[in-house]
Amino acid sequence: MPIDKSMQVLIVDDYKTMLRIIRNLLKQIDFNNVEEASDGAEALGKLRTGSFGLVISDWNMQPMTGLQLLQEVRADTKLKTTPFIMITAESKTENVVAAKQAGVSNYIVKPFNAETLREKIEKVLGNA
Amino acid sequence: MHEAFVGTRIEPLAERIAAIRARYPAAEPEWVADVVRAVITAVQGDAAPIEGTLLSEVEALGRTIANAKAEIAALKVDDITAAQIPFATDELDAIVAHTAAATNAILESCETLDQVADTLSGEAAGQLQAATTQIYEACSFQDITGQRITKVVTTLKAIEEKVAQIVSTFGQRGAVASAPEVLPQGDAALLNGPQLPAAAMGQSEIDRLLASFD
Repeated sequence: MPIDKSMQVLIVDDYKTMLRIIRNLLKQIDFNNVEEASDGAEALGKLRTGSFGLVISDWNMQPMTGLQLLQEVRADTKLKTTPFIMITAESKTENVVAAKQAGVSNYIVKPFNAETLREKIEKVLGNA
Repeated sequence: MHEAFVGTRIEPLAERIAAIRARYPAAEPEWVADVVRAVITAVQGDAAPIEGTLLSEVEALGRTIANAKAEIAALKVDDITAAQIPFATDELDAIVAHTAAATNAILESCETLDQVADTLSGEAAGQLQAATTQIYEACSFQDITGQRITKVVTTLKAIEEKVAQIVSTFGQRGAVASAPEVLPQGDAALLNGPQLPAAAMGQSEIDRLLASFD
């Protein structure tokens, strides 16, 4: 099934430059409907009031981390099946394990390249 | 008895020795002196190793503490906590701010190049977009360096606190012991930031780990 690239994507990171980078990389692969949030709490608010087809989130944010956001998303009846990609500098085994246990769809370690982002998005949305 | 002993504290002892000499005229005074010296040496010999070692250890400890106090005073540790560490953290904060500003300027230009690429077609458009993609990828350094600098600032603050504790311990009698270090628990223990390249898992290792759950 072809991927619907007009879907709304939520990108979450506390670094404005990283939001801008991910937004531009998404634009280059034709995802133009992109919304931003700078921490988990803001993201959760937007997810609950909006209609997003994909979440791409950083982990290390305050006050709500990306892991807590993922747990909230998976516990929410309306949001629980939303594909969720973690993009983070946290690269310890226990982080990957914790994210997987919380129901992450895929995991990208920073610094990442555009090809990895494209490949993971296709994998996640292809399986959605 | 020698007249010099009359009226002194050792007069009774001298009298007893004189009495012994009277009773045993053959005894040489040097024999008696030898016996007395032997007794004194024996008594000192028992006490000296323990008390002497203890005393020298206490003296050495006292000297070490005095030296440490003098060295800490000479280091002007107040400068470290009051000026140098705050200065270093301010400098690092400035690095984060400057790299963020520079990264935004680069991204701005890159977005303009992308707009130009949209007006082109064929090979030129492809080459231009490949170049802007690489610039976007490279700009993620700002996030990574920012997180690393935040870790360094946290470390500097911990050093500042430890230095203050050392000064307080040496400077005041009965200084309050520092609170035991609290290690992060639960989710907080997972917030470690970027690993150093030698210790970090790469994307392919993470992919393998994720696949192992399927």
